[in-house]
Amino acid sequence: MEKVTLKLGGITCPSCLQKIEGAMHQISGVQDAKVLFNASKLKATIDPSQTSAQALADAVTKLGYTVASSKTQEV
Amino acid sequence: MFIQQHKYQLMVAGGIATLLGLAAHQWLAGPIGAILLIIGTVLAGAPIALNAWAALRVKVISIELLVTIAVVGALIIGEYNEGAIVTFLFLFGDWLESKSLAKTRSAIQDLATALPSTVKKLTAAGSLVDTPVDDLAVGDTIQLATGTTAPVDGHVLGGTGLVDESRITGEPEERRKVAGDDVYSGSTVTNGSLQLQVKQVGDDTVYGQIIDLVEEAQDAQSPVASFIQRFAKWYTPLVLVIALIVGLVTRDARLAITILVLGCPGALVIGAPVTNVVGIGTGAKQGLLLKGGDVASTLNQIDTMVFDKTGTLTAGRTSVQSVQWFVNEDARQKWLGRIAAIEQQSAHPLGQALITYAQDHDAEIPTVKEELQVIPGQGVTAGTIAVGNAKLMAAQNVTMPSLGASTASLVYIANGTQLIARFAITDPIRPQAKEAIAALRQQGVHQLIMLSGDTPEAAARIGAEIGLDEARGGLLPADKTAYIKALQAKGRKVAFVGDGINDSPSLAQADVGIAMGSGTDVAMDAADVILMNNNLPTLNRLLTLARKMTANVTENITIAVGTVALLLLGLIIGLVTMGSGMLVHEVSILLVIANALRLRHISSRKAKNLTPVNFSQAQMADNHHESN
Repeated sequence: MEKVTLKLGGITCPSCLQKIEGAMHQISGVQDAKVLFNASKLKATIDPSQTSAQALADAVTKLGYTVASSKTQEV
Repeated sequence: MFIQQHKYQLMVAGGIATLLGLAAHQWLAGPIGAILLIIGTVLAGAPIALNAWAALRVKVISIELLVTIAVVGALIIGEYNEGAIVTFLFLFGDWLESKSLAKTRSAIQDLATALPSTVKKLTAAGSLVDTPVDDLAVGDTIQLATGTTAPVDGHVLGGTGLVDESRITGEPEERRKVAGDDVYSGSTVTNGSLQLQVKQVGDDTVYGQIIDLVEEAQDAQSPVASFIQRFAKWYTPLVLVIALIVGLVTRDARLAITILVLGCPGALVIGAPVTNVVGIGTGAKQGLLLKGGDVASTLNQIDTMVFDKTGTLTAGRTSVQSVQWFVNEDARQKWLGRIAAIEQQSAHPLGQALITYAQDHDAEIPTVKEELQVIPGQGVTAGTIAVGNAKLMAAQNVTMPSLGASTASLVYIANGTQLIARFAITDPIRPQAKEAIAALRQQGVHQLIMLSGDTPEAAARIGAEIGLDEARGGLLPADKTAYIKALQAKGRKVAFVGDGINDSPSLAQADVGIAMGSGTDVAMDAADVILMNNNLPTLNRLLTLARKMTANVTENITIAVGTVALLLLGLIIGLVTMGSGMLVHEVSILLVIANALRLRHISSRKAKNLTPVNFSQAQMADNHHESN
């Protein structure tokens, strides 16, 4: 398991959260995804054999949001 | 998404078109005014409509959707000026909100940006190289010069320096750190220079954990907030339905679209969360970490506070309270040294107090090993010298003069049968303990109890001295949990103040678990509140913050509900139009944000702000250090 933290740019509406979280759960290998509205961060637990932080970042970008930085940590 | 990225430029363009349109409408005949107004509506309305669509795709009926329908309706029935004004005001309000919301997040932002991005690392070759903090690994050695903030947790290997830990503990006092001490990320060297061995990096550091915890807490929904969130989820579609019904029944399209605009739940949705964000951020800056907005409201109801042990209320460190000497003044210094030398070999807890006392009095401690004989329950002997309690003195046939009784622990020193000195050793009560306890009573905590593992006598003594209602001794952790349960069964709202190490069950059992003074164990799951310093007045500050946060939420909900009521009233008597309704709405949103921001000014005892990290200065100080 890996813990992925993406710092996002430009989350202004609470409905963005649902959009992003929904998209994350559609990626196989994502165990748990949570968007922190006030901190503009996405925190997810992933199975590194199935997906990667980059795949998550790509999905976020596709929705029209920017990813400022990305961090991965073994759990 | 060009339109989304430029929505504020579109807002300005739309605003200008609207203004020109309104002027043309007033003074020029013909369709020019109407055309300008339509242009204004489309310019400012495009980003709103797009947002509404995006939300709709994830099955969310958003405020933007209400506004979009209202504006389209306004265009259809020819209310061009109303439509243009509403779209402009909506975007303008959105812009002001984002600006002021950024301010509500400033506390955590300050925390997050306080750490430097590079640090001087000692290489294998022995030179100092600027290294990105992200590249540091556990075990590396780094050098912190005056003015530098530690980006990692570490262990001091060498050097000495005054360190400001106020970002972590909220306490302004600086601490001197020497080899063997721990330095936490986020603390700043204000004077001197330290060499650290890296112990934790990144999110594992104390500071990283604090930021993590605060971020999670700010997003954690309090029951009030989550109720409103759920309410808003149904409320927005409900407004849509009501507007539709009203429109169909009255056949008044104008009334129907006005209801759509007035129905926006803006201030209500934002009221509670915005208070929590500001309150939790403000607390974090003072070393009070709340795990969510609901903790504040529970804290506000606390009527009973239970302290987990004497160490919470006392210094937790025994020290010599008084000494009675029975030898000449010039011989005392030498005796202090010998006593300390003996105690350095024994591991008795009272011994440390004697060693510290000797050091404080500059006694020379001989390094020669003494032949020690430990007599359990009595003390130690070294040759003819005996150090221990009255029982030991009796066993050694020491001639005892009649001495006054004392509640402190007594240690006697004898040489042969001659008494040398009597030391009274206690664990002193923390400074300000009495005042803090009295202040807690004034803050509504009527019952103050100490549950201690100490002897019942020691517990009772401290309880009486500080002014507690009850002080029980000889308790095990499980007894404490049971005691809290019993209090709760009587209807009490209990806060438990513990050090968080072995009292997790009690922390979890209490209505609010407050972990105090363990200082750096931020990842405490059982606690609802973590106090980064162990000064007792911090508890008073915590209650003040909780009270202000709770009041603030109530105020914000009052503002929001009051606004809706006013607008409804205005609608009924025909005073409110779409445009003015939107204006009132936006004003109410800004009002609740401004109200929440007042929490930033809760008085903190923080005497001064940290000087910003200054690398040029750090460089200079470093060179200076090396030339020494």
